[in-house]
Amino acid sequence: MSHVWRPLYVVAGIVAAILIIRHFVVPPQFGVWERGYMYGWHNKAAETWWANFRVGYKGRDYCKDCHPGHYKQIMASPHAIIQCEDCHGPAINHPDNPPKLQIIKSRLLCLRCHTKLPYPTSLRSQLPGFLDPNQHNPGIECVSCHNPHSPVLGGN
Amino acid sequence: MSLQRREFLKIVGSTAVGAGALSAFRFLAKGEAAQILGSANKNQKWVFLVNTYNCVGCGMCVRACKLENEVPYNAPVSRTWVERYVELDNGTVLADSPNAARDGFTADNPMGKTINPADITKAFFVPKLCNQCEKPPCVQNCPVGATFSTKEGIVLVDRTWCIGCGYCIMSCPYGVRFFHPVYHVAEKCTWCYHRITKGLKPACVFACPFGARQIGDPTNLNDPVTKTIATQRVAVLKDEYGTKPQVFYLGLDRIVR
Repeated sequence: MSHVWRPLYVVAGIVAAILIIRHFVVPPQFGVWERGYMYGWHNKAAETWWANFRVGYKGRDYCKDCHPGHYKQIMASPHAIIQCEDCHGPAINHPDNPPKLQIIKSRLLCLRCHTKLPYPTSLRSQLPGFLDPNQHNPGIECVSCHNPHSPVLGGN
Repeated sequence: MSLQRREFLKIVGSTAVGAGALSAFRFLAKGEAAQILGSANKNQKWVFLVNTYNCVGCGMCVRACKLENEVPYNAPVSRTWVERYVELDNGTVLADSPNAARDGFTADNPMGKTINPADITKAFFVPKLCNQCEKPPCVQNCPVGATFSTKEGIVLVDRTWCIGCGYCIMSCPYGVRFFHPVYHVAEKCTWCYHRITKGLKPACVFACPFGARQIGDPTNLNDPVTKTIATQRVAVLKDEYGTKPQVFYLGLDRIVR
């Protein structure tokens, strides 16, 4: 019978070796929760890594103490729905890093909303704008007449 | 039990007041929330709602996503994008998303064509992002286990374990995944995991001036997003794939792919 047992010992040895190697190779952060191996296994280290990614967009409250004038002005205008960082870019650690945020004067920034597109069932068709923006002072930056923080001419 | 009448009344009164206050802010049991979303994940913490009626195609969400998540700004890849659909009265459907709508839609030129506004029967914008499927094919397909679903149902990629084979990119029915041009690993939308775990909104939701993108708490029935999903006519993308997507859309149409 020993010719039967010998290969079985070899197989058992290989299985034991794989389990021992597995024990050392698989990081301890790997785990499986209740949904099973197909969808439920997870990796705590990567989860923590993603959770600790830096936050770029800080929100108006981060801006308002140092820029109270601009804050009050835009909050009283139809542009109050637009976040400061939508146009100026993420604050990240401003004013330390970056020390200056973007000021975009391109017409294209305004035309993201103010090219009138005749699209029924989309809010876009109801925004104020121009079907053909080139008919309205072509080549001149919008900001030379309109203050983006208070865009209505003759307004506050 | 020697309970004084006065004490007994005090206890009864405070319990009744307490119960009244609690019922005004009723949180759903884990199972109940999952039932509303049609999800089997009882630990789900977030759910996404896209209101296509409110999307104006400004692309501020795409810009914010790229800058927040350090996705190379000028590379032709994006974690999220906005599609434009224009259906003409002869049945032609024009759909495009130039540069993932990073710079918005600033001209009426779907697929580079000039069209007569009178010919348009339907036209609207549809923002797209990761559906954080309850049954993510990308997780199932990863041969090295580099991508996984967190307990709350957010699908993440471990950049140190991903070998860049691209199986997950091919298996996503929504085309959400792409190859990161800098790190050479699979990259995807995480609903800004680093923001939502801190109680902030994802960058795209934060940047949207019109409330077209919203995130909600499925365990709270008073949450406006959960309420909308529970009571309004919402749809999901590619339901037939059985992936159980967790992004719900208001105002989807059959022409949306």
